[in-house]
Amino acid sequence: MDMMLQVLAPELLILIAAMTLLVGDTFWGHRHKALTFQLTLASIVVTALVILASFSTTSVQLFNGAFIRDGVADVLKLSMLFMTFFAFLFARDYLVQRNIERGEYYVLGLLSLLGMMVLASSYDMVTLFMGLEIMSLALYAMIAMQKDSGFAIESAMKYFVLGAMATGLLLYGMTLVYGNVGSLQFATIYQTLATTEQSLVLSLGLVFILVGLAFKFGAAPFHNWVPDVYHGSPTGITLFLSAAPKIAAFALMFRLLIEGLEAALMQWQSILIILAVLSLVVGNVIAIAQTNLKRMLAYSTISHMGFIILGFLTGNVGGYAAAMYYVVIYALMSLGGFAVILALSRKGFEADNIVDLAGLGKRNPVLALVMLVILLSMAGIPPFVGFYAKLVVLTEVVEAGLTWLAVFAVVMSVVGAYYYLRVIKVMYFDQPAAQNAHDADFANASLRYGLILVATLVLMLGILPDGLLTLFNDVMMY
Amino acid sequence: MTQFPLLSALIWLPILSGLLVLMMRHQPNLAKQFALWSSVLVFILSLGLYTGFDNTTAQMQFVEQASWISAFNIQYFLGVDGLSMPLIILTTFTTVLAVWSAFDCIKERVEQYMAAFLMMNGIMIGVFSALDAILFYVFWEVLLIPMFLVIGQWGGQRRVYATIKFFLYTFFGSVFMLIAFLYMYSQIGSFSLLDFQAMPLGFTAQILIFLAFLIAFAVKIPMFPVHTWLPDAHVEAPTAGSVVLAAIMLKMGGYGFVRFSLPMTPDAANELDWLVISLSIIAIVYISVIAMVQKDMKKLVAYSSIAHMGFVTLGMFLLYGILRNTGEVQGAILGLEGAMIQMISHGLISAAMFLAIGVMYDRMHTRDISAYGGVVNTMPVFAVFVLLFAMANAGLPGTSGFVGEFMVILAAFKSNFWIALAAATTLILGAAYTLWMVKRVIFGDVVNHHVAELSDLNRREFAIMSILAVVVVALGFYPAPVMDIMHASVAHLVEQAMTSKLP
Repeated sequence: MDMMLQVLAPELLILIAAMTLLVGDTFWGHRHKALTFQLTLASIVVTALVILASFSTTSVQLFNGAFIRDGVADVLKLSMLFMTFFAFLFARDYLVQRNIERGEYYVLGLLSLLGMMVLASSYDMVTLFMGLEIMSLALYAMIAMQKDSGFAIESAMKYFVLGAMATGLLLYGMTLVYGNVGSLQFATIYQTLATTEQSLVLSLGLVFILVGLAFKFGAAPFHNWVPDVYHGSPTGITLFLSAAPKIAAFALMFRLLIEGLEAALMQWQSILIILAVLSLVVGNVIAIAQTNLKRMLAYSTISHMGFIILGFLTGNVGGYAAAMYYVVIYALMSLGGFAVILALSRKGFEADNIVDLAGLGKRNPVLALVMLVILLSMAGIPPFVGFYAKLVVLTEVVEAGLTWLAVFAVVMSVVGAYYYLRVIKVMYFDQPAAQNAHDADFANASLRYGLILVATLVLMLGILPDGLLTLFNDVMMY
Repeated sequence: MTQFPLLSALIWLPILSGLLVLMMRHQPNLAKQFALWSSVLVFILSLGLYTGFDNTTAQMQFVEQASWISAFNIQYFLGVDGLSMPLIILTTFTTVLAVWSAFDCIKERVEQYMAAFLMMNGIMIGVFSALDAILFYVFWEVLLIPMFLVIGQWGGQRRVYATIKFFLYTFFGSVFMLIAFLYMYSQIGSFSLLDFQAMPLGFTAQILIFLAFLIAFAVKIPMFPVHTWLPDAHVEAPTAGSVVLAAIMLKMGGYGFVRFSLPMTPDAANELDWLVISLSIIAIVYISVIAMVQKDMKKLVAYSSIAHMGFVTLGMFLLYGILRNTGEVQGAILGLEGAMIQMISHGLISAAMFLAIGVMYDRMHTRDISAYGGVVNTMPVFAVFVLLFAMANAGLPGTSGFVGEFMVILAAFKSNFWIALAAATTLILGAAYTLWMVKRVIFGDVVNHHVAELSDLNRREFAIMSILAVVVVALGFYPAPVMDIMHASVAHLVEQAMTSKLP
């Protein structure tokens, strides 16, 4: 019982926090505006400390192998908590200005976080599906919170309908796998597939599963929701949406495809190659045509997902570690990118067009420098951490004998570099437009120091990447 | 070994002082002085490489080695030999002049400008001293960022176009090099350049790696037909930017050939040397002709740089032809040493030419040749310097420009008469485009009142010009010190380039 509590402690803490706040906020919500916000952040910090205190790379299973806590789960959860913490911190003022900062926002955010953490720890298909649904449903509701915005409602609808369809496909694929293997547990599925002949039914199931996964990742050709949802959601929520849930998508793919279905590598590898290639093309090429920063970042997300899939399709442990490293780094950069938009937005003004950044180098050198660091890191230019993320993935791809794919990926990164450079050009080489020549201070202090922290992390992890890379490799080896 | 980490000091001192300068937002004069003196300090420090250098060996010297990214066996591995050491000193020397030259003409965001040049100084030293492929790649790429910002912020009319073109061209070239590194790593599990040079490689792999390197270095040097970014970047860059670009960044491509292509893929280089030689000849002849018709002085010098770098690549790849014809190692060494000397000399001369154009531009704010004429009447001292550098650019004996070209042409004769003949046309074409420009700009009657109002060099400009003039002439008369440094390393390189690496 004690051990059970210890293993489940992070999820329990978040669940308790969410439930307490759900009830509590109705009592104190009117009088103490900030209390829910503060308690949310506190609960995230406590959970992270609990994980850190009991961090170990050995794996423990619960509930007859339905739930696992291992090094990978812990690292993923810590990253999710980190991203969620900053997403809440950065978004608060923005949400207050738009009258959508209510207790439910934090409750839904915590619930979605809970779903992600369950996903990261899932070790059979039921737990996995449960985690996925907790996460997704909370996200749909969060996007729809801005009731007076047609865009937000539209993107919530779009996300919901398409997401539900993808979930359905995924579920159908999982039933086919179950029908074939006769077990829901990843460990059993893994062993069965490794020792028996693989049937056509399994292949069919795999196809459905991969479609579902590709949708959750936002990988081309199942990417169409990404730009619309990123663009339509209030920026404070896009920020949340673009960071932690991507880590959860990684967890989903890792648990299901690697820990469950790795033996069918031969069958899913070629599909993943197609997904990766298409994502790299779509993400990088279409991003060039965007004038809206949020849409541009959305397309850039698609291309980053292509890189993460590249890590998976190598079919070896190093590749999975590289993909995990990439997704965490990506989440960090994306957090920074969207937070810059928040830092420039004011009541009644969204700084989400690229031209809104014009002359930022003169108007606010610190913010411009932060954005410069984040964009160059996304483009994969050293010494920023984004370069190492690409480097480790490419190393594994070449090691797996897929050199042509690595060449393709880097050529696409050159295409991608163009649109990042274009934003830098607007920030540093263009004159500010007359109407926003002033007023480029940080929206608030938490954004100022938080963003400086993010940029410092992006730089320092790039100059000294050893620790984090070794950690990721170590947890993956077990 | 508890030796003083001189190379690390040379890399990090300028980068850190660059960061420090960045903070002097409201004290532009302090930023200038600080930047100048710290670059002087770095130059003096770099002379330690020269005095402490053992030129009897081709081994790496001043080696520093530490683990950097253990998961991938990536090391912080530095060291220099006779090929890289002169280039490092050239870098620190040129940076002093570049920083000093910008004292009057940069008025906006002075501290950022100075910081960019200091950081580039450290990064370029990093490129020349890195002995780990990833470390090398990191320095190689990082360099793009400050240059991108320098051209984009302080450049001319079409600066945005030029700087994005510069960035994308170079980035495009270097990603192939990265994949080549990763491939070699996947074979031997090490990123050390020395291991790369020692490892056996199959023929197809060598060809592909050679081509990957060729794309990277050909863009950087630049070679025909991927040279088009250079005239744009040069024309738009501020004076100091052009100086650093021409004097040092182009040399990285040449350095790449001798550090990577020749020793790592010798069989492929032997097979494909005709490709590089033909492109070099095209650069020498065709680009020289293009230089002749330029209306913009900077563009003219930019094209002349491409032609001169054609000499560098020609000298580097002559050795296989010479060995096939005569089996004479001495001739191969001659060609390579000529190429190396040409790199150093072109660094000095192109820096001088761009600085001279900068002097005129600061006064007249135009680079059109047609806007000038009769400058000698108002700026006699300046005219003397320009004439000297122009002669050096054209390869006049007694200047450093002559030594390298002469050695390469001599080597070319041992390889193939027609190659030598084509290369020798540069003596005519180079003289033609350079001297014709000088004639139109400096001599003749005063064409307009702007020229009539020109004032001669001030003390700072005079000092910069004289330093360069002294070095150019000294190296022309007595190149032996530089040759001595290179000799052992070049001999070692020829040996590597001749030894087949097929398994």
